[in-house]
Amino acid sequence: MSLSGSNAGISAAAREVAADRAHGPHTSMFLRMLVRAAVLRRGRAVSALFAMVVAAAVATAMLNLYVDVQAKLRREFRNYGANIILVGRDGASLPSDALARVDSVLGGRGIAAPFGLVVARTSDGQAIVVAGTDFDRVRQLDRWWSVSRWPAENAARQFIDMTHYENQHPRPAAQGAAWVARLGSSPALIGVRALAVVAPTDQPFELSFQGRVLRVTPAGAVQTGAAEDSRIYLSLADFVAWTGMQPSTIEVAASGSPEEVSAIMNQLAQAIPAGEVRPVRQIMEGEARVLGKTRATLLAAASLIILTAALCVLSTLMGWVFDRRRDFAIMKALGASEGLLIGFFAAEAAVLGATGALMGYVVGIGIAAWIGRVNFHASVMPRLSVLPMVLAGSMAVTLLSAILPISLLRRVQPAVILRGE
Amino acid sequence: MFVRLVYESFRRQKRRKLLAGAAITLGVTVATAMIAVATDIGDKINRELRTIGSNLVVTPQEDSLDVEIGGVNLKPPSDGAFLDEADLPKIKGIFWANNITGFAPMLPVNTAIGPSVNQQDGKRQDVTLLGTYFAKQLSFGTDEFTTGVRSTHQWWKVSGAWPDDSSRDVLLGERLAGRLGEKSGDEITVAGRELRVSGILSTGGGEDDEIVAPLGLAQEILGRPGAVRRIYVSALTKPEDAFARRDPKSMSGPIYDRWYCSPYPQSIAFQLAEAIPHSQAEQIRQVSQNEGAVLTRIEGLIFLITLAALLASALAVSAAMATTIFERRAEVGLMKALGAGKLAIASIFFAEATLLAAIGGLAGFGVGSLLAHQIGRSIFNSEISIPPVLLPVILAIAVMVTFAGSAAAIRRAVGLDPVFALRGEL
Repeated sequence: MSLSGSNAGISAAAREVAADRAHGPHTSMFLRMLVRAAVLRRGRAVSALFAMVVAAAVATAMLNLYVDVQAKLRREFRNYGANIILVGRDGASLPSDALARVDSVLGGRGIAAPFGLVVARTSDGQAIVVAGTDFDRVRQLDRWWSVSRWPAENAARQFIDMTHYENQHPRPAAQGAAWVARLGSSPALIGVRALAVVAPTDQPFELSFQGRVLRVTPAGAVQTGAAEDSRIYLSLADFVAWTGMQPSTIEVAASGSPEEVSAIMNQLAQAIPAGEVRPVRQIMEGEARVLGKTRATLLAAASLIILTAALCVLSTLMGWVFDRRRDFAIMKALGASEGLLIGFFAAEAAVLGATGALMGYVVGIGIAAWIGRVNFHASVMPRLSVLPMVLAGSMAVTLLSAILPISLLRRVQPAVILRGE
Repeated sequence: MFVRLVYESFRRQKRRKLLAGAAITLGVTVATAMIAVATDIGDKINRELRTIGSNLVVTPQEDSLDVEIGGVNLKPPSDGAFLDEADLPKIKGIFWANNITGFAPMLPVNTAIGPSVNQQDGKRQDVTLLGTYFAKQLSFGTDEFTTGVRSTHQWWKVSGAWPDDSSRDVLLGERLAGRLGEKSGDEITVAGRELRVSGILSTGGGEDDEIVAPLGLAQEILGRPGAVRRIYVSALTKPEDAFARRDPKSMSGPIYDRWYCSPYPQSIAFQLAEAIPHSQAEQIRQVSQNEGAVLTRIEGLIFLITLAALLASALAVSAAMATTIFERRAEVGLMKALGAGKLAIASIFFAEATLLAAIGGLAGFGVGSLLAHQIGRSIFNSEISIPPVLLPVILAIAVMVTFAGSAAAIRRAVGLDPVFALRGEL
């Protein structure tokens, strides 16, 4: 009634506005309605966008973590030490260039440490296992070793030098002891149980192997709770010079997925035919199990969270669209076709979904990076592959939440809605 | 009147109430399931980590040095001290007995194998025979349990059958079997005894070159009944911290009690050494040190994700509440026009919200418990227990979140001018 009464007054103003618009820039009606709808109902549009951003951020963070958590946890598992062991067949020594070949196969995808083992005797006849190894490598490979002090020495370099020396000057058998004596006293890392037997007062002592005597100075003690506690560790150079034996075992901690590790095992078997490559099964199996379960838990959690977030968006958006049933009714009353109306609300939803997804992606990457820093002390790489998933998911949810109320309203006469019933 | 208003609102607006209730139920379901998973994940992953092997080892106090290279034991058989097999069940009597998932005694014996039917040359060969429990029935007091390498050394694979602990069957390491040309079902001669090979053992370690036999058989070959060289113990432990590393001897009463009653590897080792006479117990650092790190990472991750889940469900609940209240502007206008005060209107909404939260919270707790149960069953093959103390906590959180979610919407609804609200112009 009020509309018809003030008709004349409005028509003058409307003519003015129409004239104004005719001279103004020609923006399409469709676009203008989209923008004005958002600007006029700022509060509700912002809250819908906020819900969308939160949902997209949570989804991005969860998907990103899900993709990255394997790599992060694998790194933790590498602290368990070797997952591959290379041994000479039937206890024989490995060729002297075996370690170099292992290194070239690994090419930075892990760390390897050589071990030579013999049974020597102390001066009072006690049998003891003496090992030769590369301390720098062991330090990186077996981080759980609790060592009071590592023998300071650049063992790796001496190892290479000694090998060259021996290749060029075969050792005269008769001169064994004298030859070794030139080395002076060898610093050694001694297992805590062995230390109590051979050097309770930290005094230098002698070891003999096949008639050759080596003088050893205790440099530090190692405790592991396993076989290492009963052993004496020499630098590889000293070990090779003293026993004349090359290392018989190379322990390898190869990083990567199970497929990558088994590829490395194949390559190792080809590179060193004299050796036998064995997986350290308990480490590999334990890793696979724990990673699998963690990922499954993460997947369950991620689906729950993403579902909740999607439903939150759905209810907010549906409320928003439902609230605008008057707009819908007016447009319909003015003669807009159903296709156009659905297109309009769908376009609105798509814009909202895309904006929310993009903003949420950025926030989600931030959350994932923060979790990575706090929990894994490493950055979580932003995954671009997650973006299309989040984008598609957001669009699907927003479209659904726009189309659903519209298809309900479609059946209602515009007059009923406009009368507020 | 107040009660009737609330009651009628639930009776007449079933659809809206159902929607809001569903949102709360869903939010509480996710929260309950995630909290249950997060509180239990440490224990579950800890059990998975036991696949990597035992984390504690018990050895005789006066033991001589081990002389062992690549599965070949070079220690003279008479050398060193032994533990008594009769003391083993006492492991289940320590303070943290429930955290002991299994243990396996080991007794390596140097012996000789052969001559056998399959060997053409008929020579004897030196070999190490390892005596152990496979899945032995033991009892401590009224407590019956089964333990042995099948639970502590889960990576051991047997083709054929596991021997019975009271039988005279043995497992043959796969490399040894390959060298001898034996297969499961064959008879071998060890130390003059005819033994049946029930299966071929593959471990990837030194045992591949050994014979693994029931403990009683190894003791008989060694000639020392009841002897055990070392015991591997698998225990669920808490990651060690600075407090765990302190020396118990230097602690005073209450601090010592706290240390003793925490499941650190150190305190469990201490209790094992107490329980078994003349023994010392140590953590196997490779296993125990690293599992702490892995456990901390996974627990931290799940904790952060649980926070995210709580946040998401709180948002979902608030959004649903805000929508339902916003839809009832006309009602608010009518009440105000009839002279209702702001307080009266707000209290009606809050009463409704509390009721919804309580109902939705209870339903959500039930569904969430089922969900957590399902997650535990399908991922970890074990139950995820939900502490009953969680129910009041969850309900309190549900009510709080529903309140917080409604507060802003209620304030806006109460502040509306009844005229505009009734004309539907807002």
